[in-house]
Amino acid sequence: MASEVSGPPVEVRGLVKRYGELVAVDHVDLTVQPGDVYGYLGPNGAGKTTSLRMMLGLIRPTAGTVKLFGRDPQLGVAALEGVAGFVEAPRFYPYLSGRTNLELLAAFDGGDARRRVDVVLETVELADRAHDRVGGYSHGMRQRLGIASALLREPRLLLLDEPATGLDPGGMRDMRVLVRRLADEGMTVVLSSHLMPEVEELCNRVAIVRSGAIVYEGEIAELKRTAGSSYRLRTTDNEVALGLCGRWDGVQDVRRDGDSIRFSSSEQVVGQLSRALVEAGALILAMTPETATLEDLFFALTEDPRPLAVAA
Amino acid sequence: MTPSAATVYRWELRKLRSQKRTYLGLGAAVAVPIIFVVATSLRGGGPNDVPFGRYIHTSGLAIPLVMLLFGAIWMYPLITALVAGDIIASEDHNGTLKTILTRSLDRGQIFTGKMFAAASYAIVAILLSGAVGIVAGCLASGFNPLRTLSGTTVSASTALGLVAASLVVYLMPILAVASIGLLLSAVTRNSAAAIVGTLMVSLLIQLIGILPGLGGLHPYLLSTQFNAWQGLLRSPADWAPVIRSAWVCSLYGVPSLIAAYLVFLRRDVTGG
Repeated sequence: MASEVSGPPVEVRGLVKRYGELVAVDHVDLTVQPGDVYGYLGPNGAGKTTSLRMMLGLIRPTAGTVKLFGRDPQLGVAALEGVAGFVEAPRFYPYLSGRTNLELLAAFDGGDARRRVDVVLETVELADRAHDRVGGYSHGMRQRLGIASALLREPRLLLLDEPATGLDPGGMRDMRVLVRRLADEGMTVVLSSHLMPEVEELCNRVAIVRSGAIVYEGEIAELKRTAGSSYRLRTTDNEVALGLCGRWDGVQDVRRDGDSIRFSSSEQVVGQLSRALVEAGALILAMTPETATLEDLFFALTEDPRPLAVAA
Repeated sequence: MTPSAATVYRWELRKLRSQKRTYLGLGAAVAVPIIFVVATSLRGGGPNDVPFGRYIHTSGLAIPLVMLLFGAIWMYPLITALVAGDIIASEDHNGTLKTILTRSLDRGQIFTGKMFAAASYAIVAILLSGAVGIVAGCLASGFNPLRTLSGTTVSASTALGLVAASLVVYLMPILAVASIGLLLSAVTRNSAAAIVGTLMVSLLIQLIGILPGLGGLHPYLLSTQFNAWQGLLRSPADWAPVIRSAWVCSLYGVPSLIAAYLVFLRRDVTGG
């Protein structure tokens, strides 16, 4: 499966998919760089799966292009060289064993995929159930077989659609460990999810999608920095502090909260503010940054009725 | 090894071997001639109103021919549709289309493999049914000379050759039915709808054949082609219906295949 890389693993430009009146995917642009673990994040129905289907060449875009390593999957499976993954739950022939299913897919992959069947079964810890029919597999086992079938292709790019959905906590942990390991081995991973902790733990970059359109694309760290942080402040004189905070440039959403004051700001502003507070006679008892979790940002971006200005 | 349509074909056959419906169809193809032979042996007499019906007790070789006549109404089209109508739609049912279309084979290769697998199954079913009919018929009524439709009698071995040739000619409309089944399988994405639909098409064409005033269409109906083999059972052999069957069946089959191919090539793979 060796071929020269002539573009980023994923380059999506102006991607649109309409079903009649419904716009499932609305002018999506995103770029996944080699080595990224890229989170494609959004609530159910936001168009994540539809986008992934277009990336894999399963459905035709209404407009726009997808390039995988510079090649268009709409023009043929050659674009899927070095690419593997699945959309929604991975599906197999229920009347064949897990092993036979993999042998079929290895035959469809060609090359020496056949020789990797045992290895990938070991990787996803399914070797002892490999001879049972897939019809009798649990959801978690099918999910793991899905990963195994992707690994048969020795992908440089792995596209996973909510791989942890429906798994029990142990299964979710195992899935994350596996994705982490694959990423550490240098695989580029695109992971759609609506599970914030999963994305925050695994991914370095995210695209947050709402109603088919991307509302943020960039690094998670950047997103958090751009979105700012909230602080909890307690002083010896909250009245003075409240007044000062209210007037201070770069401090927003000032409000009283019990014996504390809450506001949002950035680190530089807070440094200046703390000196001014002391000089004004409001001695600081506590100044605690409460960093927004990705989950807060996610809700802010996907539930706020107005598009946010943080989109990069 | 580079995968090809042949890879798909081999795996389609393996999948067919692992599915119950395959044996349901082949079982019917084997059982019906046996049941027919047993029933007519016990009852005596036979279907005197169809060609070769009156000879089933004098030559076992008449039996597979009578089976071809009765089977054309719905049994052989149904056995054919059982796999042809299912071979694409079952991927929709199992949600596996996305699984196989994201490997290293183009849609055209997948379609080609499936097409040949459906055709192979139909061919095996008809030839198997014919072979069982020959063996069961000869066990019941003997490997005897056969009276042709022209009234002459041919030796048993000549008759055997004619029966074999008839089976081959019979495969032409069967493959046309398989093509229609493939088309409905690709379009409906539902096995039951495709199988029933294929059978309905086959029955509707027969109905057109018995409508008054449409006699001129008769030679061009798919149902008529199921009788083309009878040309071989005349002396001298009448090749006209056989040749007509070849192109009429192509007119039914080839556009169906092209349409099925285009639908399969262009469709969005959602679901699963």
